[in-house]
Amino acid sequence: MLKKITIILFTTITLTLGAHAGSDGDLLLKKNDPAEVKDCSEKFNRAAFAFNQGLDTVIFKPVASAYKILPSPIRSGVSNSLDNLSNLITIPNNILQGDFSAAGVNTGRFIINSTVGILGLFDVAQNFGFSDYVKEDYGQSLAKAGVGPGCYVVIPVLGPSTARDTAALGANFLGGDAWYNVTVKNNTHYFRDSDYYVSKITGGVDFRAKNYDAIENLEKNSLDFYASVKSLYLQDRQQKILNSKKIINTQNDSDWEEVESQ
Amino acid sequence: MKAKKLFFIIIFYIISSINVYSIEPDVFVQSTVNRASKILSENITKDMKMDKLKEIAIETVDIKGIGFYTLGSIRKTLDQTQKEQYSNLFRDYFLKTFSSRLAEYTNPEIDVYSKEKLNENYTIVNSLLKGTSERPEIKINWRIYTKNAENPKIRDLIIEGLSLARTQKEEFASILNSNDGDINALFKTLKDFTNN
Repeated sequence: MLKKITIILFTTITLTLGAHAGSDGDLLLKKNDPAEVKDCSEKFNRAAFAFNQGLDTVIFKPVASAYKILPSPIRSGVSNSLDNLSNLITIPNNILQGDFSAAGVNTGRFIINSTVGILGLFDVAQNFGFSDYVKEDYGQSLAKAGVGPGCYVVIPVLGPSTARDTAALGANFLGGDAWYNVTVKNNTHYFRDSDYYVSKITGGVDFRAKNYDAIENLEKNSLDFYASVKSLYLQDRQQKILNSKKIINTQNDSDWEEVESQ
Repeated sequence: MKAKKLFFIIIFYIISSINVYSIEPDVFVQSTVNRASKILSENITKDMKMDKLKEIAIETVDIKGIGFYTLGSIRKTLDQTQKEQYSNLFRDYFLKTFSSRLAEYTNPEIDVYSKEKLNENYTIVNSLLKGTSERPEIKINWRIYTKNAENPKIRDLIIEGLSLARTQKEEFASILNSNDGDINALFKTLKDFTNN
């Protein structure tokens, strides 16, 4: 009899937890649906977007174009080093999201790549069989905690974001980014303020160079480039928040079902 | 005995018909990308490449379906003439951007590695665009419309998780929103873009 009650209780608890997990996932999906994110200050955003485009034409595009000419091993080294530094934001966020196993793996990755991988220039951990690196940030942690994205915003110089993700950026400067702490916030005698800013600017150039053709192509073929960038940014954020590798999890099929043409 | 024989002949005929006419979505995608890849590696002018790519697109992409998806809920308010006008404008716009986007690539190698059937109407085909020294490898998923199994059609390309159809839908919505939902403003934008 006791065994029967235990089984019933266990089944009920499992089913309840399952139901909650499902509804949480659905809620997360719905809350971060690009179509649901409002563009509350579109005029300001479009102005900031135009300013960023100007900045891109004058600075980032020419620099990225020159950066692209560098030999592939140099570009990979720079990219690996930047990824390695980003572990310092990813690890605390793994912990905040309750993903302790990922925090452990990323800590191991950071130690190996910073030492054997010569300050992160080589991704040695990957050769040791570590899983693919997935970046996390404070915006994603807030989203996981149930905070909605708020309005879409375009930050001058930094680019597209949401109210939630902009607020979360503040955490990096309030002790949440160990790289910022040892370079700008505290005088450690090992690093200078400029090390931090150079790493951030290099990150921007590296991103621009990696997506050089895609961005050019998108701009050339867009009817409204601002709207395209907004959509792509919000889709990307939704995918990162859900940490879903299954494409169909972030795609709403209902609208497709209504379209019949064959 | 005769009835048994007839029964087997009918079954054989049905099975043969299915095997002959239905095309597996992954085979369809691989064959389509192989055809496009062959054109892109040919030693011909960019314009000739674009013309040949357009022919493939007309044959393999459900342009009309993508057009109506992209239009969003406003499609329900259009009359038949507007629907036809939109379909024609969208077709020209789509073919121009599609061929222009693809013509930038030279000899792209795409490998199809799996598929996932969502329902009777849709299958997602997963593929990988091999990396080069210029760009990293890129994951491309294809939404294939399989309602007519004999003639599957591409309805969306999802590149590294970002849907092209969805991006275009939100782009069109933005144009409509900034013009108080006036469909003629979208028609004009499409026409201007295609003519330039």
